[in-house]
Amino acid sequence: MTPPPDLGWAGVLVALVGGAIRVSTPYLFVSLGETLTERSGRVNLGLEGTLVLGAMSAYGVAYLSGSPWLGVLVAGLAGALLGLLHASVCNLPRVNDIAVGIALFLLGTGLAFYLGKPFIEPRAPRLPSLALGAWSGSPQVRAALEVNALFLAGAVLAPLLWWALRGTRWGLILRTAGDNADAARALGHSVGLTRVLATMAGGFLAGVGGSFLSLYYPGTWNEGLSSGQGLMAIALVIFARWNPLACFGVSLLFGAATALGPALQSVGITAYYDLLNAAPYGLTLALLIWSSSTRHALVGAPGELTISK
Amino acid sequence: MALRAWAETAALTSAALLVTLVVFGGLVAARGLDPVAVYATLYVGAFGTWFSLEDTLTQAAPLMLTALATAIPARAGLLVIGGEGALVVGGVATVLAGVLLAGAPPAVAIGLMCGAGALAGGLWIAAAGALRHWRGVNETISTLLLNYIAVAVLNWLVSSPIRDFDQVLKAASWPVGEAFMLGDIPGTGIHWGLAFGVAACLVAWGLLRATTFGFAVDILGGNLRAAQMVGLPVGRLVLATCFLGGAAAGLAGALEVAAVHGFASASLVVGYGYAGILAAFLARQHPLGCIAVAVLLGGISASGGLLQRRFGLPDAATLVLQGILFVAVLATHTLHGRLRAGRAA
Amino acid sequence: MSRSLVTRRGLLQGGIATAGLALWPASGAGASKPVTVGFVYVGPRNDYGWNQSHWVAAKKIAQLEGVKLIEQENVPETAEAEKVMEGMIRHDGAKVVFATSFGYWPHVLKLARKHPDVLFTHIGALWKDGDPKNAIGYRGYMEEPHYLCGVAAGHATKTGKIGFIGSKPLYFIFNNANGFILGARAVNPAITCHVVITGDWNNPVREAEVTQSLIDQGVDVIVANVDSAKVVIENAERRSIFSCGYHTDVSELAPKGFLTGAEWNWAAGARFVQAWQTGGAYPNLLRGGFRQDMVALSPFGASVPPDVRAKITKLRQGFADDSLKLYRGPLKDNEGNLVLKEGQVVANDDNKFKLAVNFLVEGAIGRTGLKK
Repeated sequence: MTPPPDLGWAGVLVALVGGAIRVSTPYLFVSLGETLTERSGRVNLGLEGTLVLGAMSAYGVAYLSGSPWLGVLVAGLAGALLGLLHASVCNLPRVNDIAVGIALFLLGTGLAFYLGKPFIEPRAPRLPSLALGAWSGSPQVRAALEVNALFLAGAVLAPLLWWALRGTRWGLILRTAGDNADAARALGHSVGLTRVLATMAGGFLAGVGGSFLSLYYPGTWNEGLSSGQGLMAIALVIFARWNPLACFGVSLLFGAATALGPALQSVGITAYYDLLNAAPYGLTLALLIWSSSTRHALVGAPGELTISK
Repeated sequence: MALRAWAETAALTSAALLVTLVVFGGLVAARGLDPVAVYATLYVGAFGTWFSLEDTLTQAAPLMLTALATAIPARAGLLVIGGEGALVVGGVATVLAGVLLAGAPPAVAIGLMCGAGALAGGLWIAAAGALRHWRGVNETISTLLLNYIAVAVLNWLVSSPIRDFDQVLKAASWPVGEAFMLGDIPGTGIHWGLAFGVAACLVAWGLLRATTFGFAVDILGGNLRAAQMVGLPVGRLVLATCFLGGAAAGLAGALEVAAVHGFASASLVVGYGYAGILAAFLARQHPLGCIAVAVLLGGISASGGLLQRRFGLPDAATLVLQGILFVAVLATHTLHGRLRAGRAA
Repeated sequence: MSRSLVTRRGLLQGGIATAGLALWPASGAGASKPVTVGFVYVGPRNDYGWNQSHWVAAKKIAQLEGVKLIEQENVPETAEAEKVMEGMIRHDGAKVVFATSFGYWPHVLKLARKHPDVLFTHIGALWKDGDPKNAIGYRGYMEEPHYLCGVAAGHATKTGKIGFIGSKPLYFIFNNANGFILGARAVNPAITCHVVITGDWNNPVREAEVTQSLIDQGVDVIVANVDSAKVVIENAERRSIFSCGYHTDVSELAPKGFLTGAEWNWAAGARFVQAWQTGGAYPNLLRGGFRQDMVALSPFGASVPPDVRAKITKLRQGFADDSLKLYRGPLKDNEGNLVLKEGQVVANDDNKFKLAVNFLVEGAIGRTGLKK
């Protein structure tokens, strides 16, 4: 092992970039999923539970089958099932979607902990990564650019969803269901079915986001694995104005915000770490206050959304 | 609420409970356990002996208060999920008050400490109400974020500024002192938090049912435009309900400090706030319902230990049970008002 | 006598037997009564960390004659802890309760007064005169194995930079950090150590981020004092640096980079149970390091060369026969203040000093933030 060069403060920058890439993926998948769901006119506040259940099922399946990709798939399917439950209950008249979300947050987390006990100790195979930094002579840069395939998938998915929502027929149906349910019905589309599919897709993505936590980074399963990434991603969607492209950017920002505290601590800035670690939450709240207004709904907000009314 | 409405709520809640027991029973049976035996043990652990009941009521006490944190603003049409943060803030304020009041007569000091806790929790959620009313910030998201911020502030405070450096193995705040501790209700193993919880629910019920304030809140909760049209002070009502809800959770924090710990620490952050959201919805945001539901949930969590020890069920079994119950009860909301003629509850 | 008792039952090799001889004379004239023993954990017992170190002891205790073990996981340090312990007593008839988290102590004191026929053990070693006689506090000197880890780290590091990740800003955590640093600097006085506090007992994402950041700063040996070091050790292994374990044996998590680890040895718990079963004597307060066999060192990893192994084994013997002292003068803290003058030596069992460690020794990068 040759000693890497001393980066000092430049190391903080590398850590922020690396952190943005490492930490952002769950945010990205959950926020893309929630964007789809909210664009159809529903809020699913239960994606934290979906994320945790996804993390557990991915880890468990990867451990039992030896295939991490099978784990990712099962995580997505588990998420889609929770999405189906959410959408079905919410399709009943006079059921509050936010409340059902909170219920599924509890249920998803509970199921994950309930079924996940035997998987805390074993070690599951990890998802592979691509060495995008192979060109660099600096081991720090190489490590920062050690990128997981799921991150790349998310990076591709974001513009794809952006385009699909804008330019395709089903994108239009989805948006119509979300902006004006009556108009969608008048056009002969089933609002209920559209929302079921959108919520299931959202759940699938959130489950996949969870699999990243357990199968890649930090790469373990235990009951403290998620520190609220699934909840934060929902706030992130509002800040990203329901735009998949913006979700990608904001997810990176959140990833960097998470990496900020540890990066500063490692160069000896050790005061106020508790407050620094709350940076992503404070940042979200500040941005929310800044971007909200009482005079009009948020720009880009789907008209049917309970959360923006 | 009319008698028929009560009967309907009771019938629907029982149905949800039954569905929950069947679904959870299936999960338990899938582990090769006898659901009937599990439920029998659950009953023993929750209500079967005097000690079980003490255990249940101890666990129920904070939930009554954190349930109000969601239930009271919900009456005005707001969905506040910030009980956890308000509890933490209330706990910290209680400690500060207790330390400032050192030497004061205990009865006075404890009263002021609880008042400080309630005030802090109330202001914490009222801030979210203000952001909602004057800035259009969604209160669900803001109170959620405020939970995380409250916990970070607590961790920072107890790691240095208000830390008791004599507690060698734990980062904890200055103690309020033995003299300012409430302790248990005499003759029981239940701390005084229970009495405060029941009292708060009764007061909230009276306030919402029998005063003009309560009437105005109901109008606002029913229809924002109607409230504006009849000239109700919407902003003040939003602030007031948020404040009262937050104050209840702040009081829960005060009692954790004054009746259980004697100091503030990360032990305040154990999910009472989140369980309170569940309790509020199960109670259909009714303050008296909060008492009953808190006892039910307290019983489930009290018996969780026995299920672990007797059947090897994971501790999260109680979470799953609560989650299923939550979904089932929400699903029954669609039937409310269908089983009877007249105004929806 | 104690040794024969233990070997006859064919359990608890080595550790407990010698510990027993050194710690207190086994009396216990009576025969072993059947007893139900309850273990209360603050997290999952299979966490590769703190809780697992107790679970290891629980499994050994379960093998004792006449013992029935009951366990409960994820018990918060609230009023619930009190009810859980009392539930074990009332519902299950437990006569011995192991309270394995710091914050359980006030609840233990309250219950011990209420249930004088039940033995309570707590891992904080906070018992003092006037506390109930049926309560026990015990705890190992973890700074000693950290010193040995530091020596291994000092030999392994190429960059001269090592890292210590702590959970909460607590005296004993900084005491462990100092042990680690003193060990490393005994090998090479130019070594520096980053001391980083995550702020949580269990926060995998932050632990992984801290690990990555430290490695980016050139750190190539890491030890983590968090609930479970699994995340840190696995992330260190992936980036091909060295790591030391904590709490329990985690060597299999890092086949390449694992050096050794600081482990608790809670085996004394079995002796408490036996004493309670037979009516024998037991101490109310028990602290110890290698000399009392209350801490242990993990098996060496493949990358530790034989000469270093021999050296560390010898140093461990130094703690065992009390010839090696951790804190010796002259000793400066990392702000340049003299902590110990030339010739000043702190006894290894000087708890007053060790439970008030509010400084980091020279070579540390970081601050305790504790009152001086």
